Amino acid sequence: MSTNVDDHDHDHARTFVPDEEDSLGQYAIVEMAVRELLIEKGVFSADEFRQGLEVFDKAGPHLGARAVARAWTDPAYKESLLSDGSAAVKEFGVDMNLTELYVVENTPRVHNVIVCTLCSCYPKPLLGAPPDWYKSRNYRSRMVREPRAVLAEFGTTLPDGVEVRVHDSTATMRYMVLPMRPEGTADLTREQLEALVNRDAMIGVTVVPAP
Amino acid sequence: MTARFAVGDRVRVDDRTPPGHIRTPWYIRGKSGVVADMVGAFADPEDSARGGDGLPERPLYRVRFRQTVAWPDYAGDGRDTVDIEIFEHWLEPESG
Amino acid sequence: MADGEEKTPRGYHDLGGLPAGPVDRSEHVLEPWEKRVDVLCGILVDRKRRLMTIDERRDAIEGLGEDAYNSMKYYELWMAAALKLVLDKGILTRDEIDGRVDEIRARLGLEAGP
Repeated sequence: MSTNVDDHDHDHARTFVPDEEDSLGQYAIVEMAVRELLIEKGVFSADEFRQGLEVFDKAGPHLGARAVARAWTDPAYKESLLSDGSAAVKEFGVDMNLTELYVVENTPRVHNVIVCTLCSCYPKPLLGAPPDWYKSRNYRSRMVREPRAVLAEFGTTLPDGVEVRVHDSTATMRYMVLPMRPEGTADLTREQLEALVNRDAMIGVTVVPAP
Repeated sequence: MTARFAVGDRVRVDDRTPPGHIRTPWYIRGKSGVVADMVGAFADPEDSARGGDGLPERPLYRVRFRQTVAWPDYAGDGRDTVDIEIFEHWLEPESG
Repeated sequence: MADGEEKTPRGYHDLGGLPAGPVDRSEHVLEPWEKRVDVLCGILVDRKRRLMTIDERRDAIEGLGEDAYNSMKYYELWMAAALKLVLDKGILTRDEIDGRVDEIRARLGLEAGP
């Protein structure tokens, strides 16, 4: 193909080259095949699939951060987030689908951290796809047995007297940690607080740093 | 649905090794803990994984274990705990 | 253990407490095909379709074999499990899928598959 950007033939041809990934493995092709066949059979529509992709792309740590910042600034919301997490995040348009959101609160006495030793359960509708390390053999094997060593690898060292509570996500609940609000944030707006909250703090491998 | 256990009850996880799809981790079988929460009733994954409808739904608990119970050689603080979701049919009353 | 109960070895997916090395914290952004597998698998188990359950998918992943479990990418495992269930349940046939895979490869100008 010509590399001359002024080449009209090039521009013309480009219109008909499908934009695809550089490499597609066998299972990427199998997904396409299964999807196309099921759409043709009317099991679901192309539009429903597109909507699914949009919902997937909209999820992410920013949604969890909204819930956290609101809980820090609105005691009634915090209460509902801790008692019925799924309902509390529905206010942000998050549907936990076949799972339930279970929020665990960090306090000066208890630090919570999430793992799934059997697979990789994670609150995807709220926090988006999990990081690679969350799905890794090393994290899944070790977090439940030597949480303090793994936390230290993430740079998290807890004060003496703090209980580490690991949550092994084995069934229907999907967990999010409600981190402690850092010192020095009394004057921040909810939006500024949201910006402080990060994904790893909601998994519990870090704490929210002071600004 | 009638739940057999209440928050605060001491329970022991069955030390069973059945075939199939099991959501009770190996490391906690046979260990004792305390019911921390009762989160509802859900389809039995062992049945649901093999073509069944998962019914009747099974009460699901969050059971809290001391890490020193889960791992006798645990190196961290003796206060540390692990919470695990366990279905009722995997639990027996401790000392029952 | 009750008399006669089958003693089943620990599943290779059941990792809690096994010896393992440091956590590699490097991350990759999900590729488009990985998202598509996630969304397709979500549709297959959703309340509207109920073509399979999450438990069946996990069970199928656990049945792919230890070598596959340890060597395949996360979303390859998902798709392999979903494919097995789609075939086992008679939702699609092997011929339909093979034919469409060949057609897609030709359409995209890819070499014939394995």
